[in-house]
Amino acid sequence: MEQFLQQVVNGISLGSIYALIALGYTMVYGIIKLINFAHGDVYMIGAFVGFAAITYGKMGFFPALLVAMISCAIIGVVIEKVAYKPLRNSTRIAALITAIGVSLFLEYVMMFFVGAEVRSYPKVLTEKAFHLGSVVINMQQIYIVLTAIALMILLQFIVHKTKTGKAMRAVSIDPDAAQLMGIKVDSTISYTFAIGSAFAGAAGVLVGIYYNSIDPLMGILPGLKAFVAAVFGGIGSIPGAMIGGLTIGTMETFVSGYGNSMYRDAAVFLFLIVILIIKPSGLLGKNTREKV
Amino acid sequence: MKRTLVFLFTLVFAMTMVAGCGGQTEDAQTVKIGINYELSGDVASYGEASVDGIMMAFDEINAAGGIDGLQIEPITVDNKSDTAEATALATRLMTQEGVVACLGPATSGSYMATIPVAMANKVPIISASATADEGVTVDKNGNVNEYVFRLCFNDSFQGVTMANFALNNLEAKKAVIIQDKSSDYAAGLAKNFKETFTAGGGEIVGEEGYVAKDKDFNAILTKIKGQEFDVIFLPGYYQEAGLIIKQARDLDISAPILGADGFDSPVLLELAGAEALNDVYFSNHYSNLDQDPLVQKFIEDFKTKYGKEPNAFHALGYDLGKYIADAIKRAGSPEPEKIKDALANTENFVGVTGSFSMGPDHNPIKSIVVIGLENGVQASSVKVEPK
Amino acid sequence: MTSVLTKKNLLILGCILLTFVLVQVLMSVGFITSFHEITLATICINIILAVSLNLVTGFTGQFSLGHAGFMSIGAYVCALIVMRFDSVAGFLVGILAAALAATIVGILIGIPTLRLKGDYLAIATLGMAEIIRVVFLNLEITNGAAGLSGIPRYTNWFWMYLFVVLTIVLINNFIRSSHGRACISIREDEIAAESMGINTTKFKVMAFAIGSFFAGIAGALYASYFYFIKPNTFGFLKSIDILVIVVLGGMGSITGSIIAAVLLALVSTFLQSFTAVRMIFYALVLVIIMIFRPQGLLGTKEITDLFKFRRKNERIE
Repeated sequence: MEQFLQQVVNGISLGSIYALIALGYTMVYGIIKLINFAHGDVYMIGAFVGFAAITYGKMGFFPALLVAMISCAIIGVVIEKVAYKPLRNSTRIAALITAIGVSLFLEYVMMFFVGAEVRSYPKVLTEKAFHLGSVVINMQQIYIVLTAIALMILLQFIVHKTKTGKAMRAVSIDPDAAQLMGIKVDSTISYTFAIGSAFAGAAGVLVGIYYNSIDPLMGILPGLKAFVAAVFGGIGSIPGAMIGGLTIGTMETFVSGYGNSMYRDAAVFLFLIVILIIKPSGLLGKNTREKV
Repeated sequence: MKRTLVFLFTLVFAMTMVAGCGGQTEDAQTVKIGINYELSGDVASYGEASVDGIMMAFDEINAAGGIDGLQIEPITVDNKSDTAEATALATRLMTQEGVVACLGPATSGSYMATIPVAMANKVPIISASATADEGVTVDKNGNVNEYVFRLCFNDSFQGVTMANFALNNLEAKKAVIIQDKSSDYAAGLAKNFKETFTAGGGEIVGEEGYVAKDKDFNAILTKIKGQEFDVIFLPGYYQEAGLIIKQARDLDISAPILGADGFDSPVLLELAGAEALNDVYFSNHYSNLDQDPLVQKFIEDFKTKYGKEPNAFHALGYDLGKYIADAIKRAGSPEPEKIKDALANTENFVGVTGSFSMGPDHNPIKSIVVIGLENGVQASSVKVEPK
Repeated sequence: MTSVLTKKNLLILGCILLTFVLVQVLMSVGFITSFHEITLATICINIILAVSLNLVTGFTGQFSLGHAGFMSIGAYVCALIVMRFDSVAGFLVGILAAALAATIVGILIGIPTLRLKGDYLAIATLGMAEIIRVVFLNLEITNGAAGLSGIPRYTNWFWMYLFVVLTIVLINNFIRSSHGRACISIREDEIAAESMGINTTKFKVMAFAIGSFFAGIAGALYASYFYFIKPNTFGFLKSIDILVIVVLGGMGSITGSIIAAVLLALVSTFLQSFTAVRMIFYALVLVIIMIFRPQGLLGTKEITDLFKFRRKNERIE
C-alpha cells in the first residue's frame, strides 16, 4: 500500500510536468491545427534560460521562473512569425515538416553553444523531504504540482475571462468568421504562442530543478508524450491537458512500477493509438464533424 | 514511366562523373590519422570527450616536434552516432584521405561497423572505449581481427571484478541490477556481473531497465525499495547513474551502489550531489588518488586546457592519442602495415589510464581499480590485476 | 495489352542495362572507389525508401512518420536469416522474408491506424515505429541494444540496382493502374472518393502494405550492406530523413524523390567536414524549403514532364 502511494506521488509529479507542456500543445493545436514539434525544444530552452538566470544572474526560484517564461514567450512568438506564419495557408504536411525543422534547429543551435553534455542545475530550492510513513514527498515535487496548478488556473482565467482569451476561442472555432468580427487573428495567434511557450519555459525550469539534469535533446520525448497527453485530454481543452498530463504521468509510473519499465514508452504510444481509435476527440474535446 | 527510367539513367551517369572527381592529395610532411567519432546524435558527449582527449595528446606531440619530425594531421569526421555513417566515414578516411590509422568510434556498435572496412583496406583501427566482449578484436570464429585493437578492458573484466567486489569486499548476498537497456556496454556488464555473482553464491533479486536520457527513475526505485537486497549494481553511464543515485538516496535507499568506468565523470558528482555519493563503488582505469605524477600532470594540464575536470573518456582519448603516436614512432615509418605490427607488439606502454602490454587477442592487459566514494570524494581504491 | 516489346520499352531496357554495365565497369577499373560505392548504396536504399513512402504519403495522402519502423523489420528479418544461411540463396530468401514480414506488420498496423487522418495518423505511425523499436530493443533474438553485428555482406551494386529499378517500375505501374488512381483520388478528396464508391480503407491499407513491402526490402539491403544493425539505427530521425526526401522532391513525384535522394546524399557527404553546423544547416534548409517551396522541388510533376516528346493525355496529375 505504501509502495502504491509512493508511486502515486511519483506519477503526479511527473504528470504535472507533462501537463504544463501539454497546455502549450493543446492551445497551439487548438488554434492553428499544427503539431508544434518545436514545443518540446522551447521547454528545453526554458530550462537553459533558467539555468543561466540562476547561475549567472544569481536569481532565486521565482525571478528565474519568470525570466524563463518571458524568454520562451518571445522565442515562441518569433518562431511563429518566422517559420509558421508564411505557411498558414499551405498544406498540413508542409507545416508539420517546418515544425520538425524548427525543432532540429533549436536542438542543434543549443548543442552548438552549450555542447552535448548534460548539466546539473543550481540548487535554488531547499531539499527538504517529508516522510509520511514510508512515503517520501520532497519539496520540489510540491513546488512542481503547485506551480502547475497555479499556472493552469491562471490560464483558465485568461482564456475564459479576458478579451484575448475570448479572441483565442473565437479564432480556434473559425478563424475566418473571427476575422470578420474584427478580431486580429495574427496577433491572437501570437498571444497563443506566447502563452503556450511561456508555460513550456516554466516546465523547463521545474524539470531542471526537480531532476537536476538538462541537455539540448531533453525536449524530444517529453514533447511527444505531452502531445499524447493533449490528445487524450482533448485537443483545445485546458482542463483536458491537465488531466491528460496527470494520466500519462501516472500511467508511465505504474507501467514501470508494476510492469516492465522498458515498455513504458511503448505503452504511452499504444495508449495514444487506442484513444485515437476509440475516441479521437479525447476526453473533454468537442466532437467535430468533417464537412464536405 | 519510361521517361522516368531514361531520366534515372542520365542521373546515375551524371552522379558517377561527380563522384569520380574526388582526388587524393599527398603531403610528405604530415602523417594523417583519421578520427571517426560520434560528434552529434545520441552519444555525442562520449565522442566529444574522446576527441578532446585525443586532440590534447596530438597538440602536445606536435608542439614537441611531432613524431620523428612528422606533424600529426588529424582528420576529424562526425559519424552522427550512426553505424552506417561510421562505416562510410571509415571507408572515406582510408580510401580517400589516405590515413595511416583510424581512431574511434567511441561506442562498440559503431566501432564494430568499421571493422570490416579496416580489414578490407588493411588500415589499423583502435578504440579507447569499445568494451563489448564479442565481435570486436576477435571475430565470431575465434580468429583475431588483425587490424583491430583497443586500449580499454572489456566488459567481462569489469563485470566480473565488480561481482567479486560485491561478494568479497561488501559480503553481499542479494543484488538488484538497474541496467541501461539502450547501451550494449551496460548489457555486457550486467551479463558478466550476473554470471559471476550467482556463481559465487549470490542471488539477483531484481532486474530493472531504463534507457539513456531518462530522467525519472522514481517508479523503478520505489518498486525495488519494497525488496530485500544488499547491493545495487548500476551498469550505465554517469548521466543517468547520477540521477538514479540521487533519487535512490532521496527515497531512503541506502544500500551500496556499484558501477563501472561509465561512472567516471565530474558530472556524476554534480548530478547526484555530494551527500548522495556515499557507499558508491565503481571500477575504473585510474584513480585521482593515484599519486603517479603522470596522472596528476594529465589532470592539471587538462584543467588548464579545457577548464574542467577530465572524465574517463577524456583520459582514454588522451592515452589513445599518445598510444598511436608511440606506435607510429616504433613502426619507423608511417605505413599502416608497420603500425599494425607495432600496435600488436606493444610492451609496457605507460599511459594515464594504466600501463599495459597488448595481449595476443589485441586486448590490453591492464589492471583495474575499484574506487569507493564518500561524500562525493574518492576515498578508497583497490587495485585488481588481470588474470 | 498489345505488346510489351515496344520500341520505347526496349530503349528503356537498353538504358537500364547500359547504366548497370557502365557503373560496374567504372567500379572494376577503380574509378568508383569503395567510398563512392557506399554513397551509391545509401542513395539506392534511400531511393527505395523514398519512392515507397511517396506512394503512401505523396500519392495516397496518408502522412506516415513511421517508415523506419518497417525498414527495421526488414533489416532484422533479413539479417537473422542471412546470418544463419550464409549464402546468396539465404540472402534472397532473407529479402523476400523481410519484405513479407514488413508487409504483414504494415497491414496489421495499417488497418486500425489508417482510420485516422492527417496529424493524428502521423503521430500514430510515429508511435507504432517507436513500439517496433522498443520491441527490438527487448527481444532476445535481436540481441537488444547491442544489435546484430557481423552480418555477411551480399548487397552489391547488382542487387541494389535491381531492386531500385524494380521498386520504381512496380510503384510507377501501380500508380498508373486503376488501383493507383483510386489512391490518388483519396489524396485529392477522401470524402468525394468515398462517395464515388471507392473503398478508401482498402486502398489506403493497400498503399500502406506496398510501401511497407519495399521499406522491408530497403531494410534488408541495408542490413546486408552495412554489416551491423541496432534498434537505434531506425529511430524517429530515420523516418524524418526519409520523409524529408519525399517532401523535398515533391509529394507525388517519383523522379522528385530520386533527385532528392541523390541531392541529399551528396549534400550530406559534402557536409561531413563541417561537423558542428551540419545539423543546423540541415534544419535551416528544411524550414527554408518549406517556406519558399512547400510543394517540394517538383511538386506532383515528374521531371520527364519537362521533356518535349511527351504525349498528351498520358498523365493525370
